Amino acid sequence: MTQKSTIPEFTLTIQSGKNRFGEKEGFDCIVIRPGDTLSIVGPTGSGKSALINDIETLAQGDTVTGRYILINGEVPPESFVREPAFKPIALITQNTRCLADLSVEEFLIMHIRARRPGREYLLAETINLANTFTGEEISLKSRMSGLSGGQTRAFMIADALIIGDTPILLLDEIENAGIFKNRVMQSIQGGNKAVVLVTHDPYLALTADRRIVMRYGGVSSIIEPTGQEQDLVEDLALIDERLNKIREKIRLGTAFSSGSSEALMIAVGQGVTYK
Amino acid sequence: MKLLIIAGPPSGGKTAVIRQIIKNLPEDALPAFLKIDVVHATEDVELAEEFGIPVKKVYSGDVCPDHMGILVLDDALNWAKSLSRNTLIIESAGLCLRCTPYTTGSLGIAVISAISGTNSPLKMAPLLALADVAVVTKTDLISQAEKEVFRESIRKVVPSIDIVETNAVQGTGLRYLMRRIDNHPDMGSEPVVLRGSPPLGVCTICIGKKEIGWKNHFGVIRPLDMPEPIYRGD
Repeated sequence: MTQKSTIPEFTLTIQSGKNRFGEKEGFDCIVIRPGDTLSIVGPTGSGKSALINDIETLAQGDTVTGRYILINGEVPPESFVREPAFKPIALITQNTRCLADLSVEEFLIMHIRARRPGREYLLAETINLANTFTGEEISLKSRMSGLSGGQTRAFMIADALIIGDTPILLLDEIENAGIFKNRVMQSIQGGNKAVVLVTHDPYLALTADRRIVMRYGGVSSIIEPTGQEQDLVEDLALIDERLNKIREKIRLGTAFSSGSSEALMIAVGQGVTYK
Repeated sequence: MKLLIIAGPPSGGKTAVIRQIIKNLPEDALPAFLKIDVVHATEDVELAEEFGIPVKKVYSGDVCPDHMGILVLDDALNWAKSLSRNTLIIESAGLCLRCTPYTTGSLGIAVISAISGTNSPLKMAPLLALADVAVVTKTDLISQAEKEVFRESIRKVVPSIDIVETNAVQGTGLRYLMRRIDNHPDMGSEPVVLRGSPPLGVCTICIGKKEIGWKNHFGVIRPLDMPEPIYRGD
């Protein structure tokens, strides 16, 4: 965590709706408490993004799924949905483009004004955090529309964490824009936030406290790890680490001549590590 | 008669919003639809086919479409009444954004696309400022933070306007617009007047003279270095 949170605690409840065939989903309700991490997995088109969109818009039976989202066990006040200043949820969508014709600084100032005015001192902190997630540095003078996909994603995550500073954070596939996902996860977790992430990344999926499995537009099951997956998680951590090392070398222009053991042996040159 | 006037720039999603409105109107609602455009529009045919409702279309040709809309509005209300309809939906052409077609007694709905640029609400100030509701479309194409920044930009122009964010193709979030429409009263017997004054464009360009430069024209003209338009002529 990069900042102390003064945000109130919220419990979020998802009440089941229907899948694409009109069948009841494979759960009655999911209760998400502060500090929980849940992953959402499933094939493309299975309804993963629709689920987090239901949460973000605090659906009241008025979306295709018919789900209801409660906060602290009750129907949330309208201001939670419509007024960013009261909204307890930040969502990082899959968008890797920002169309706002503003500089990064202007964008942040307007977002601070929308969320909670008077916090202009957070500008530098937000940019610094974003720059720990991305290899290419963002400055306050950059144009929003000129940011790369990875920069945009890194920026939006930092913005959600620092400007949004909400008790509930929804992330749609953070792994796919080439940003440092482990640094993102470190920043997110441990702050008593409830985190729900859509992911195709095996390590992220399995390390969550609960795993929501999607099928045909609805939740088909919820898996609560009982410890039996721990060995697999440890294996995955090692595989992930190896993959990361090789990925970084490739990104920095290394050429390889033989197998993967060699790829791991070559040291990443000094001075080329990302900030 | 309930009168809904929907205005906004071209390709902003006005027709998609109107589709959702028609789909979600209460059962006893009998809508009719009028489209005003300059030279080409197909919305009337599409909506008639899709919903089987009476529709009408007016092409304004050389005349400003918003002025045209104002001129035909009274007849349009009578037309809808003669067909025993109780809801008239009017879709503006959405051109210069300087005119505001909203009238007393109507529900004025400005439709703006979320991808039209952060400063676009400032550029269409009168169109937004006199509306009752701003519907922001295509919000599925932008991030949550951008959505909130865009909302802030609208608030700069009209601090108190009711903002409804939607992906109008899916209809997400439109429950708030439908509630507003349901609660909007029918028109009373008072005469209907415009909420704002449309700008006048009375010069010889209006009547088809094509020369450039103010020296070639009469009426309300303006040289580059003059701060305000002046009248030239008798």
